[in-house]
Amino acid sequence: MADAAVLSVRNVSKSFGERRALAGVSLQVARGEMIALIGPSGSGKSTLLRSISGLQAIDPGEGVIEAFGETVQARGKISDKVRQVRARIGFIFQQFNLVGRLTLFTNVVLGALGRLPGWRGVLGLWPADTRAQAMAALARVGVADYAAQRAGTLSGGQQQRAAIARALVQRAEVVLADEPVASLDPVSARRVMETLSELNRDDGLTVVVTLHQVDYALRYCRRVVALKAGLVVYDGPPSGLDRDRLVDIYGPEFEDVFWEGAPQ
Amino acid sequence: MSTPTPLSGGIPPPPSRSLAQRAPDMLVWGAVIVLLVISFKPVEMSNLGRLFSNSENMRQYGAELLRPDFTNIGLYVSQMWLTVQIAMWGTGLAVLLAIPFGLVCSRNISPPWLQQPMRLLMNLLRSIPDLVIGTFFIVAVGLGPFAGVLALAINTGGVLAKLFSEAVEAIDRGPVEGVRATGAAPLQEVVWAVIPQVAPLWASYALYRFESNSRAATVLGLIGAGGIGQVLFESLNAFAYQELSTIIIVIIVAVSLIDLLSQAMRSRLI
Repeated sequence: MADAAVLSVRNVSKSFGERRALAGVSLQVARGEMIALIGPSGSGKSTLLRSISGLQAIDPGEGVIEAFGETVQARGKISDKVRQVRARIGFIFQQFNLVGRLTLFTNVVLGALGRLPGWRGVLGLWPADTRAQAMAALARVGVADYAAQRAGTLSGGQQQRAAIARALVQRAEVVLADEPVASLDPVSARRVMETLSELNRDDGLTVVVTLHQVDYALRYCRRVVALKAGLVVYDGPPSGLDRDRLVDIYGPEFEDVFWEGAPQ
Repeated sequence: MSTPTPLSGGIPPPPSRSLAQRAPDMLVWGAVIVLLVISFKPVEMSNLGRLFSNSENMRQYGAELLRPDFTNIGLYVSQMWLTVQIAMWGTGLAVLLAIPFGLVCSRNISPPWLQQPMRLLMNLLRSIPDLVIGTFFIVAVGLGPFAGVLALAINTGGVLAKLFSEAVEAIDRGPVEGVRATGAAPLQEVVWAVIPQVAPLWASYALYRFESNSRAATVLGLIGAGGIGQVLFESLNAFAYQELSTIIIVIIVAVSLIDLLSQAMRSRLI
């Protein structure tokens, strides 16, 4: 089936103590989509992405998360095969999560850990083609000149682009980006969004990106999913997000979530 | 205590501690004083006066110390070097022990069933003084430097495992998740995300322990583990104060040099 769901989230809940971050969320993502996940702080966006990658266990219950037809987690238990799934999903974090004391090159080549033999990964014996691939990925996102520098010495925008390069070395089919531009200045933010958009358009990567800035969601994504208090309250094209609906999602101060001006 | 009455203008009175609140403090201080008083006699504190009444002995001892005899300086330097070598191997083996044990003792990366018994084991290793471990190894492997190396390795291994695990517990989780998200195995997460974060701190702790081990290795010589300590003990027993003086100078110079060098290296690490 051509449009089979590449990610499938069914009836997933997650609580942190008393607080319910996800309250029975379902979401189907088809191959090649670029989806924006929006919603106010604490609405469950990050929790949803982290659960899809198996970085955190969901509540026991009905909930099932599948990726590429394989179970990531079900009934609160993360699958034993989660590493094979993770290797096919690139994850971009708000705080970049590169290892600051390693060079940009090493950080990016780590993307190959999921598919190399374990001992090679432990000893850092990267095959020549993997090394070439890492340099190509760095060049593609425009930070190849800094390959030998420690990641921690570079700007946020440069680090975030290297994080995308790491996903490229993974040969990820899906990129989950958790607030990828929230810690960046507007110029760097636009570059990162352009890069994600290009990977979606030219390479056919499936991208799910959580965004604080609704105008970015409207500009770059053809499908927007809005979460509020752990529930999906909107799932459709950006054109359906009119003023009333945004007020419903964010409350009367919804203008605050636009960087470059709210509609009307 | 009288019930606090609000002053005019509603400003409450300054805080005061009641007798019940002060009682624990008074109890602790009282206990410290009582313990010191009952320990006065057993440690012969009453002999304090001898420090001054025996001043003639002291003067003679001091005078000989001030005339060091440098004839055997070559031997002392080579024995000091042996002591430093004992410290190097002792610390080196300790680091090899402390890396795996430090990792399995860390609450944030090791499961409780493994981490808790390992912590107990490391506490045990730390709590045995290296002199005691040294005598044990002298029985096991015979007199000589190797017993000293093993004694330092066990004790320092326990200390470094604790320090290493504290460094691991303070790492940033973000990079670990970053590596995990690529599909990495747990050992690969440790190698690529944990160790790079703690490496400078670990190296600094290891150097610091090398400093203190070069002093400890001197003391281990007294029980027959070779090196400068053994020579020092023999000179002391022979009342050869002029030789003793030279040995002390060699020790002070060597230990100070090691301290300086290691501090300079550590300040560059962090």
